[in-house]
Amino acid sequence: MKTLKASGNALSDGARQLEILEQSHPHFPQAGVFQSKLRESGLFPLTPIPMEILQINVGKMCNQVCKHCHVDAGPDRKEIMTRDTMGACLSVLQAMPAIKCVDITGGAPELNPDFRWLVNQVREMGKKVIVRCNLTIILANAKFRDLPEFYRENEVELICSLPFYSKDRTDRQRGEGVFEKSIEALKLLNEVGYGKRESGLVLNLVYNPAGAFLPASQSSLEREYRELLLTRYGIDFTHLFALANVPIGRFLDFLLASGNYERYMEKLISAFNPDAAARVMCRNTLSVGWDGTLYDCDFNQMLDLPVSANSRHISEWSEQILQGRNIVVKPHCFACTAGAGSSCGGAIT
Amino acid sequence: MNNHYYHSDDLQKFGEISEFQQDLGKRFFDWYQAVFQDSALTAKEKSLIALAVAHAVQCPYCIDAYSSDAYEKGWSESQMMEAVHVAGAIRGGASLVHGVQMMNRVKGMSM
Repeated sequence: MKTLKASGNALSDGARQLEILEQSHPHFPQAGVFQSKLRESGLFPLTPIPMEILQINVGKMCNQVCKHCHVDAGPDRKEIMTRDTMGACLSVLQAMPAIKCVDITGGAPELNPDFRWLVNQVREMGKKVIVRCNLTIILANAKFRDLPEFYRENEVELICSLPFYSKDRTDRQRGEGVFEKSIEALKLLNEVGYGKRESGLVLNLVYNPAGAFLPASQSSLEREYRELLLTRYGIDFTHLFALANVPIGRFLDFLLASGNYERYMEKLISAFNPDAAARVMCRNTLSVGWDGTLYDCDFNQMLDLPVSANSRHISEWSEQILQGRNIVVKPHCFACTAGAGSSCGGAIT
Repeated sequence: MNNHYYHSDDLQKFGEISEFQQDLGKRFFDWYQAVFQDSALTAKEKSLIALAVAHAVQCPYCIDAYSSDAYEKGWSESQMMEAVHVAGAIRGGASLVHGVQMMNRVKGMSM
């Protein structure tokens, strides 16, 4: 499978994705529909609450090409955050003691040559580091085999993708052989203490649906994952996060190509939950793109929708201006407010 | 083509049956919701039972709804097809077991 960008697909352009998302359909007039739902719930305009998390996307390069990837990440993507831009992020973190957590994502963030440097620098500040790891990167090359030890030494909290506990559904979404490699990587992480209650090393897994549907109950899925991964493979983990797929990037391409787009959007809209909307992660998190541009979330980042404020780059950081902004919302935001809600930390209600 | 007895859009209108009888409609949907909660059986197990029953009663709306629901809840394709075979076996068996009645009749009337 190729990235949208490598295959010359028009959807590799965020503006084209937005055009589709904002088109009206017989069952769901899109223009302003998310704003209307927020207004009905007394949440419009959506505004930030005190900032707690800085999410840094260090690049779009990835060793996998998953069918649902909102980033359109893959081996051909060359967008990589430089050490200078990381330095600008670190200056902001130094000046912002309220930000207690740095959430590092990608692509496969480990492919950024300055990834370990960034983790070390943030840890030296005493802040928590979360890394979104695709698991297979640990086995992708001999130079990554020590990642479990590196993570342990830095007490990194890991959020790892394992979309299902069966090979069939996982490989269909993430590529042939990914499930078996993921299991092997999880065993390596368990060996250094990750996912073991007594170690305090957090290993959270991520479920996301392998198709045009919403996640089932997070607690039920976690129960099944725990039982099956333990009995079949002897694997422990901390928690399972059930994430809904956001209709952008390659997942949008899948929805359109498979004729599921309208039905999926209807599902998201009809499952709108005001409680989830009040707790969306863009309210306490800010997202930094590989080139230092600031976004309300990683999804807006992939649609090229920067923050609506005169502080649009990490080098122009102004807490006052950023906290006074209105969060940019579009129809894809329904994915975060459907049912139990969805955030990078799983269900939110 | 609008001259079908079944329209897939009608599934979304199921709740509207309360329009003609509000009290009974409300009681039905409250009960329906309670039936599918996690309890002695999990919601996931109930979904697979519902899929099999949907095939047994051959309700296209129910098949649509519970094919999605069962898959969403994590049942695999082969598990779902086995559930449909269970429905088929019961339906087939229900016909065939009446063969005994036919045999009784024939044996009773023949020399």
